[in-house]
Amino acid sequence: MANLLEERMQQSFINHVDENLLMDCMRCGFCLPACPTYLITDQDEVHSPRGRIALMKAVRDGEVKWDGSVEEAFDVCLGCRACEPACPAGVQYGTLLEETRYAVQQAKPIGLSEKLTRKVAFDGLFANQQIMQGTVKLIQFYQTTGIQKVARKIGFMELFPKTLRDMEKVLPKITSKKQSSSPSNPKIKVAFFTGCLMDTMFQQTNQRTIELLESLGAEVVVPKGQACCGALHGHSGEIPKAKRNALQNIEAFQHTDYSYIVQNAGGCGAFLSEYGKLLATDEAKRFSEKLIDISSLLVQLGLTDKMARHQVPVEGIVTYQDSCHLRNVNKVWLEPRALLQASPGWEFKEMPNASGCCGSAGIYNILQPEIASQLLEQKMKGVRTVRPARIVTTNPGCLLQMKVGIEREGLTDEMEAVHIVDFVYESIFQTTKGV
Amino acid sequence: MEWLQELQGIVGEPNVKTSRAQLAAYSYDATAGFQSAPDAVVSPASTEEIAEIMKLCGRFKKPLVPRGSGTNLAAGTVPTQGGIVLLFNRMNKILELDMANLCVTVQPGVITADLATFVESNGLFYPPDPSSMKISTIGGNVSENSGGLRGLKYGVTKDYVMALTAVLPNGQTIQTGGKLAKDVAGYDLKSLLVGAEGTLGVVTEITLKLIPLPRTQKTGIAYFTSLEAAGATVSEIIAAKIIPATLEFMDRGTMDAVEQFMNLGLPEDAEAMLLMEQDGDEDAVERDVNQMIALARANGATLTAVARSTEEAQRLKAGRRAALSALSRKRPTTILEDATVPRSELAKMVRAIEQIAKRNQVEIHTFGHAGDGNLHPTCLTDSRDLEEMARVEQAFAEIFEAAIDLGGTITGEHGVGEMKSPYLEWKIGPQGIELMKVLKQAIDPDNICNPGKLFAKSTKPRVVLHYG
Ligand SMILES: Cc1cc2nc3c(=O)[nH]c(=O)nc-3n(C[C@H](O)[C@H](O)[C@H](O)COP(=O)(O)OP(=O)(O)OC[C@H]3O[C@@H](n4cnc5c(N)ncnc54)[C@H](O)[C@@H]3O)c2cc1C
Ligand code: SF4
Ligand code: SF4
Repeated sequence: MANLLEERMQQSFINHVDENLLMDCMRCGFCLPACPTYLITDQDEVHSPRGRIALMKAVRDGEVKWDGSVEEAFDVCLGCRACEPACPAGVQYGTLLEETRYAVQQAKPIGLSEKLTRKVAFDGLFANQQIMQGTVKLIQFYQTTGIQKVARKIGFMELFPKTLRDMEKVLPKITSKKQSSSPSNPKIKVAFFTGCLMDTMFQQTNQRTIELLESLGAEVVVPKGQACCGALHGHSGEIPKAKRNALQNIEAFQHTDYSYIVQNAGGCGAFLSEYGKLLATDEAKRFSEKLIDISSLLVQLGLTDKMARHQVPVEGIVTYQDSCHLRNVNKVWLEPRALLQASPGWEFKEMPNASGCCGSAGIYNILQPEIASQLLEQKMKGVRTVRPARIVTTNPGCLLQMKVGIEREGLTDEMEAVHIVDFVYESIFQTTKGV
Repeated sequence: MEWLQELQGIVGEPNVKTSRAQLAAYSYDATAGFQSAPDAVVSPASTEEIAEIMKLCGRFKKPLVPRGSGTNLAAGTVPTQGGIVLLFNRMNKILELDMANLCVTVQPGVITADLATFVESNGLFYPPDPSSMKISTIGGNVSENSGGLRGLKYGVTKDYVMALTAVLPNGQTIQTGGKLAKDVAGYDLKSLLVGAEGTLGVVTEITLKLIPLPRTQKTGIAYFTSLEAAGATVSEIIAAKIIPATLEFMDRGTMDAVEQFMNLGLPEDAEAMLLMEQDGDEDAVERDVNQMIALARANGATLTAVARSTEEAQRLKAGRRAALSALSRKRPTTILEDATVPRSELAKMVRAIEQIAKRNQVEIHTFGHAGDGNLHPTCLTDSRDLEEMARVEQAFAEIFEAAIDLGGTITGEHGVGEMKSPYLEWKIGPQGIELMKVLKQAIDPDNICNPGKLFAKSTKPRVVLHYG
């Protein structure tokens, strides 16, 4: 039996994992100090990018037979891609990981609980905006009726793994949608990719994204028929589903004459920016080229300069947690910091290892709760050294994870985790009454 | 498996790795074309535990392969005869900073860059800076006697090792050297262990000399339309009694690759580039850099520049820094060598490499540390193409021969390991090999410590070079 699986696995790796990409790795080890899982496991080479690439190649070449230990090496990878900017040889680790996970999916009947999680999350929640909104309605109902309190008391949530329970505590209060107004003489026209999670759990943030852009003279259109970006599918080896979503989005954004497609979630943004690579079509490339993240666009529209003109006394410290993918894939880290530095009423302080993954990594904190917890613990140690009143992030996953971190460390009285849009919005409209 | 149980008994079960994935992950290092899995991977926490492990290896005749971060380029940590890979991930502490004696004592697993940052935050300086310093370990640096960009002015690792603690193959622990500027008591055993590549025992504690941190630093760059002009500039800089902190070189092929990769706007007609850096007191630094640039001009440099700020310096250095990255992207396999010649022979050596590459129809470009004649001829190839690999091997054999011919060596800083062991006799002669064997036999009679490294089963027949 085992041998059959071993053979199937090797064949699947031969079919799906690109040998040339594997060969790009010269095993220099320069990526090791950048890899959070290598560092948190006391420098275990198995949990390093170089080790994982070597294992991919060894499985493909038949030098190592598939077993649980090999599988674990791939499962423990965060997919944060911090190894890519550190690599002198330009190894496309993200692509290799996706190919590997796809190869594994093809060859192996996956574990039951994992399958369930996947099923609920992918086939149900993320595939369909309507269902997603339905789920949110349920959560909303749960929150507003007060059942939440009762459930917490009687320990209903104890039935779920600890991570899920902590997640549940920090789910944002959901409000309903508002209508917005376009500027009469727009400087620029942009299309807004709303993102499934952002559009449901973080509706207010999306609303404010639009308002901020409009107040800076941009016309914002929200094309209909958008789907989830497909990142979670892609990262878990569900490549065909990711492609399906990509096609739907490209279609949705095809017909308008806007300068940019703007998004406010780092993880989605990175995946959207790689549609060109994923589908290798001209339309996909055009879509990816138009993409911009909200921080960069706000800076480009002059928000930092405008904010800098409002001098008010400093009331608190703000720090920034990089979104791995915004930083490592889209190479954006200066703009969010520039916005925070310019925000009236705040002093920006860099925390140690702000670029290191917080352990959220999509649904990683659900699939690998132990390592995710260790990473978060380490992250919160860094947070404590700057003692901020706000931790700002640019991605919903990181945002929830930082909220969990604050909750776990008992710091809820001292600090709050917020999305950069909400932070900027509040610091403008609450301290200076607009720009 | 009795030995495994005993091993677990010494370090505790969680510190012995034996899964398929783990054995595979410790089967390679940064050397292309070498791979072999160990029987177990072990992480001890102290010198005492290492002594116990050593005794166990002696009893069960298990090879013991010490491994830092596995970044060496000579297959020095590939367990080609199986056995136990010994890690230092639990022995990675900085033990003491001694301000009175200007030295620091560390465990072998400390990462070079972490040590450098630590001592610099205390106003001190640890100069050896291998390009791999962000991940290499001090134990690895000591065992390879690693060099770096600052080798010409500041020397290499061995010049900073003051004292060592080591576990010998017989299980005994020795301390050699001390916090002393002068010490002539007996044979210099410390120097024997530095650069021994793990073949004479395991280094478990290291005391390193520190010096005051230089006050300022300045960078200049010059492009030449001929290799010889760049070579002459190097010689004249030294003749003018300037010892630059770094003096780096890139050839045409390397610059082309960098330009393709980064679009820095490097001059198209340039055959060679020299990057010069001086550190020290402001006036002296200013004077030296200006004089080096003047010498470059006098030798026909077509384009020169001096950085006015740290950012500008970074820009000037960007090309040289990206050399390896840019080259490695061109073909699937990158082989980085480090043949070294007296610096007066730099231009001749680069020309010889060009001809050898052409003759063997392989792609080799050269960059490196011009100031100390330490070159990095880098071969771009595909390890799957066996016919091409045979030509690559031939080309490297000829490069080693050419280096020795010019009074140089087969390796300046990367070490011999298993990869270059068949060529070692070319450099040190049969008498040298004989003496090394006697030493090894006396210290490690059962060949427990890193077997197969340094000593080859057979020496390659020497190649005959035809110049011109
Ligand atoms: C891209 C790249 C650039 C490089 N640049 C340079 C450079 O500029 N200069 C330079 O000199 N080298 C360079 N190197 C080579 C390499 O990084 C150095 O040799 C480095 O010192 C190795 O450190 P390590 O911790 O990885 O040691 P490893 O590779 O793990 O081990 C090296 C050798 O030391 C032995 N060893 C390790 N620890 C111990 C110990 N505690 N006791 C006994 N033996 C031990 C091992 O058995 C092995 O033989 C480069 C390598 C790469 C990949
Ligand atoms: S993606 Fe992140 S966790 Fe995975 S190998 Fe790269 S750096 Fe490590
Ligand atoms: S840095 Fe790049 S080439 Fe070097 S080991 Fe990591 S992935 Fe491979």
